[in-house]
Amino acid sequence: MNLLFDFTVDKAAKTVFITREFDADLSLVWDAFTKAEILDQWVAPKPWISKTKFMDFKVGGRRFYAMVSPEGHERWAIQKYTSISPKTNFKMFNAFADKDENPELPGSDWDYTFSEQNGKTKVSIIIYNESLARMEKMIEMGFTEGFKMSMNNLEKLLATLSQRQ
Amino acid sequence: MRRDIFQAIADPTRRAILVLVAVQAMTPNAIAEHFDITRQSISKHLRILSECDLLAQKHEGREIFYELKIDKMEEIDSWLAQFRKIMEERFQQLDQVLYTLKNKKK
Repeated sequence: MNLLFDFTVDKAAKTVFITREFDADLSLVWDAFTKAEILDQWVAPKPWISKTKFMDFKVGGRRFYAMVSPEGHERWAIQKYTSISPKTNFKMFNAFADKDENPELPGSDWDYTFSEQNGKTKVSIIIYNESLARMEKMIEMGFTEGFKMSMNNLEKLLATLSQRQ
Repeated sequence: MRRDIFQAIADPTRRAILVLVAVQAMTPNAIAEHFDITRQSISKHLRILSECDLLAQKHEGREIFYELKIDKMEEIDSWLAQFRKIMEERFQQLDQVLYTLKNKKK
């Protein structure tokens, strides 16, 4: 199955636009983005794992989590929810943090919009970065392992997905 | 002082300067001729672009030429390409999670 993936960048506006379709209904996809126990299953680039210390999904609430390396090295980040329209949209501010929940500014603003059509759910994400330095750090932040998935693997995965259709 | 590249390219005049010098190295005067702004503000833009390490200066006789440092621009693109990969992989992991969750519900 071919799922839409669109990634565009407006460098001057320091904004990244991502649209992705998922083969699941809206409420399941919404849960996958807003419930810690599901988020922890997919947001970390392998072999890292995501560990949410707490998540309070409400306006003004926060999620404090770490990406943990196989050696046990933790990189903390904090997200603050600034707006929530259930099953439609939510916005958050994301910043790296130390282990004591002190954010390291600047951070980035993330805006997620959800819509369902024909049993598939489309998620549109707008990411605004205050500074290039942060963008650089976001990528440096121990994600090197995550990059290693080659085009070859991607093709294999796509082939598997299309066989399911 | 370390400047932010995005700040450098956020300005339309600075973007236009980068486009000009991408084609060939130019003197500040030659660059200024393309714009309807003071020579002084051109100098300011050139200074910011140099501080961001986007422009290199090269001296020929008494003239100073500015040229584009391509590798710095490529650096931005490579960061963005890496970010794209992170997101792509993350979503493929989510595909698997959603698949598992859907089957559990059935």
